Amino acid sequence: MSADLTELYQQVILDHNRRPRNRGRLPTANRVAHGDNPSCGDQCSVYLQLEGDRIKDLSFDGSGCAISQASASLMTTQLKGKTAAEAQALYDQFHQIVTTGNAPDEMSDIGAFAGVHTFPARIKCATLGWHAALNALKSDPTTVTTESHND
Amino acid sequence: MPTWKDVRADFPILHQQVNGKPLVYLDNGATSQKPRAVIDALVKYYERDNSNVHRGLHALSMRATDAYEGARARIAKFINAADSAEIIFTRGTTESINIVARSWAQAHLKPGDVVLTTEMEHHSNLVPWQQAAKASGAALKYVPVLGTNAEGGLDLASLDTLLTPQVKLFAFTHISNTLGTINPVAELCRRARAVGAVTVIDAAQSIGHAPLDVQELGCDFLAFSGHKMCGPTGIGVLYGRRALLDKLAPDETGGGMVVNVTYQGATWKPAPERFEAGTPHIAGAIGLGVACDYLDGLDRAKIREHDDGLARIAYEKLSALPDIRVLGPKGERGGLVSFAFPDVHAHDVVTFADEDGLAVRGGHHCNQPLMRKLGLTSTTRASFYVYNTAEEIDVLVASMRRTLKFFRG
Ligand SMILES: Cc1ncc(COP(=O)(O)O)c(C=O)c1O
Repeated sequence: MSADLTELYQQVILDHNRRPRNRGRLPTANRVAHGDNPSCGDQCSVYLQLEGDRIKDLSFDGSGCAISQASASLMTTQLKGKTAAEAQALYDQFHQIVTTGNAPDEMSDIGAFAGVHTFPARIKCATLGWHAALNALKSDPTTVTTESHND
Repeated sequence: MPTWKDVRADFPILHQQVNGKPLVYLDNGATSQKPRAVIDALVKYYERDNSNVHRGLHALSMRATDAYEGARARIAKFINAADSAEIIFTRGTTESINIVARSWAQAHLKPGDVVLTTEMEHHSNLVPWQQAAKASGAALKYVPVLGTNAEGGLDLASLDTLLTPQVKLFAFTHISNTLGTINPVAELCRRARAVGAVTVIDAAQSIGHAPLDVQELGCDFLAFSGHKMCGPTGIGVLYGRRALLDKLAPDETGGGMVVNVTYQGATWKPAPERFEAGTPHIAGAIGLGVACDYLDGLDRAKIREHDDGLARIAYEKLSALPDIRVLGPKGERGGLVSFAFPDVHAHDVVTFADEDGLAVRGGHHCNQPLMRKLGLTSTTRASFYVYNTAEEIDVLVASMRRTLKFFRG
């Protein structure tokens, strides 16, 4: 297997794909947003239980490739307890990682997605769940459907 | 008659490596590769004859016009149209269907009417009808597909109740781009005609793979794209029966399609010009004519045997993989196979295949409602053409085994 592919499908990613964390509809959610990737059909819903400005709990549901599912799963483990501003900052770092391939050492887990940058078509897959989460944070407490994302 | 191995030499693009492996191009359902003869025809046109058509009296314009109209006649012969005026050049299948959906439907559909289509249509033969139904107040109904993997094809028994005199138009695909099902289009046309419905065949997946005779099929309209049959992109055809075309108002208006224009209004030329406003894709039409020559040179009945035969081999070999779901009919099928794994997504499959030099398609294949009906979000599709070989199927199957091993451990 090529180095690029080994980089893309890191152990962390395979593990999250096989055993997704926080998957399913969160019963206590008061925010939800849905992300679609119309070109490939990937879908992701993110459920947030927001208390004030803080994400008390969250979950995701959806279908798609290993990269999109693992990314959404890993994201749920990273965003629990974060404020909206912290979540945005974490996404900015994640976006940086998947587009440049440069992952700072302390970003051990989301750094696993650095290999995505050599597969530009897959960046959308990696960011799908994040877009849904950020939209859920911005929305009013009703269901919001987002359309495609172009990065 | 060349052997199939010789055919590969006609396609310059095939002789390259992708990711260090010989290219195995199995995405012909999306677009086919182009033989040298078609590429040369485009170059020759731009180097020697390029000019606008139907406008100039100078030598180049006459040459371009002759070549463009010659291509129209060539394509009429290719599908056995009664008259080359029945061949309208368009951008492709999508535009062809949209012309019918707008021009014909606008003039003929009213509330209470029914537009009938099927559950296996490509979005291009589905969304235009949804729009036409919405605009006119007509209802849109679907002929169901049968079987959990759609292996039964269309539910023809349902036509007894669905094909009522309220049905004004029946649009269906010849070969499903996702399932590989070959629909009994002549029978569908006959049954539609019996209730007075106009028929539209989406021939995008069949045109380059088998003999096709519009008079034998008995259809009113037929749409296809040049790029799936060895021709250039950006050119396609709408065939329409002359009697219908002459009564149809144009969809687009402008230069080239008018007889007399005043500040108050304009009158239209007859078909085909009436439906070809503006400067057409001249080079594309000429290239498509040459593609027709190329395919006839290979003998389209033999092409069908070859492509469908590869699909049947692929169906057999893929079915042996653990936990695979292969869609579509078990026996006779068009030259493509779609399949899915419950635990490995098509995009991961395609990424691994790419590393093996394989070009296959992963996704919903512009078939979202059918996917949903089958409980899937995406499949991987291998689609075959004249230059593919049985050995390439072995490369495909080996790549699938490698991918499954990686994800399943
Ligand atoms: C069955 C079918 N219909 C319509 C189309 C649309 O063709 P085009 O994109 O060339 O207009 C396709 C192409 O994918 C197809 O497979």
